[in-house]
Amino acid sequence: MIRLILPTHLWRLANTDREIEIEVADPATIEATLDALEARYPMLRGTIRDHVTKERRAYVRFFACGEDWSHEPQDMLLPEAVVKGEQPVRIVGAMAGG
Amino acid sequence: MSGVRVLVGTHKGAFILTSSNRNGSWDVSGPHFAGWEIYHIKGSPLNPDRLYASQSSDWFGQVIHRSDDGGVTWAPVGNQFTYDGNPGTHQFYDGTQHPWEFKRVWYLEPSLTEPETVYAGVEDAALFRSSDGGESWQELPGLRSVKGHLWQPGAGGMCLHTILQDPADPERLYIAISAAGAFRSDDRGQTWRAINNGLHSDYELPDAAAEVGHCVHNIAMHPSRPDVLFMQKHWDVLRSDNAGESWREVSGNLPSDFGFPIAVHAHEPETIYVVPIKSDSEHFPPDGKLRVYRSRTGGGEWEALTKGLPQRDCYVNVLRSAMAVDTLDPCGVYFGTTGGQVYASANSGDSWTKIVQDLPKVLSVEVQALP
Repeated sequence: MIRLILPTHLWRLANTDREIEIEVADPATIEATLDALEARYPMLRGTIRDHVTKERRAYVRFFACGEDWSHEPQDMLLPEAVVKGEQPVRIVGAMAGG
Repeated sequence: MSGVRVLVGTHKGAFILTSSNRNGSWDVSGPHFAGWEIYHIKGSPLNPDRLYASQSSDWFGQVIHRSDDGGVTWAPVGNQFTYDGNPGTHQFYDGTQHPWEFKRVWYLEPSLTEPETVYAGVEDAALFRSSDGGESWQELPGLRSVKGHLWQPGAGGMCLHTILQDPADPERLYIAISAAGAFRSDDRGQTWRAINNGLHSDYELPDAAAEVGHCVHNIAMHPSRPDVLFMQKHWDVLRSDNAGESWREVSGNLPSDFGFPIAVHAHEPETIYVVPIKSDSEHFPPDGKLRVYRSRTGGGEWEALTKGLPQRDCYVNVLRSAMAVDTLDPCGVYFGTTGGQVYASANSGDSWTKIVQDLPKVLSVEVQALP
């Protein structure tokens, strides 16, 4: 299980909790995690990454274990602590304005 | 319920205002979709409880919701707006070519005749249609072939913001784009042509009478006379009596012919409304007085409607989709401001009441008369 923390707009859109757990098949990557998230919550398609290109939206960032994973290859293995469920992946709306 | 339901899209959510008699108290429901920009909410003319709402966010993109109970509950539907083929490029602000990129849905237009069909006008400008209640969307790409490479964004982006259906001819559609102009299709959106003959954009275009490129802000028609169109352009108020084949200016005695919305009275096809704004760089009413102008002669001669509206120190704007009329008798007129007020008139504009005053910036107003 991968723990995911969603930004307010998206957990409200998905009608779920701020933190959710997602079953992700090995190997556990950002791409596999997002695939599993969108399969379970189809209303989130297009809100984190492009429908077609799967490119991350410009104002969305991914954090895990205190590191910024936004610019890492999407097929890179997530840290062990995330795979074990000790640490969540945070999907974050970038600071912009305000 | 009977009465009216006003659908308000704002910068930070949607609000639904209802009243049984228009003159009494108003119930305010919302914010729905709190924090999202709600560019438009509109109900189906075939089923007033079928509503569509467009939510967008710079962070999380585009979402569309549908309600089948008049906005009490909502469910997300399809949000994939993929251009047909390679959309190529359009003109950017500086005249260079810029790739076509989907940004948001500005306008939703449920079909007059098909219960599950709805049109969406998007930025960068294109028209999409759904035949399954918004679950999936297909572009009508023939529109972009009308010199799309010469279209350019207005200050709000290159948006398709107006969709009109001809009640007498289900094949005929009109749309308007900032800044490209007005366009008409006579085959349900498959092919299009520009209908901008008579428009003059002296300050915005190198060729003031160009076929495309005009910053049309809004178009309106009366359903009983679909060949008569009224236009609020960047500058100038115009009318066409031949389905857009040609236009003539009817700005007449307006204090400024710059503005955004234009609306037609529900029962008087020659009675029209605009809200003059001082200029393209000063988006507020002249002299700090919020005045709706009404013409009972289809333009040319205008009267200021001021009763109940602030007549000093008012510097709000009324955006292009933020004015609507109901179909009751006498006709109700409604508009929302960038200051978060929604005003209503239950007597064709003779007097106005502020029905809510502290909403976020109002982006759109639609109204439904409920049986």
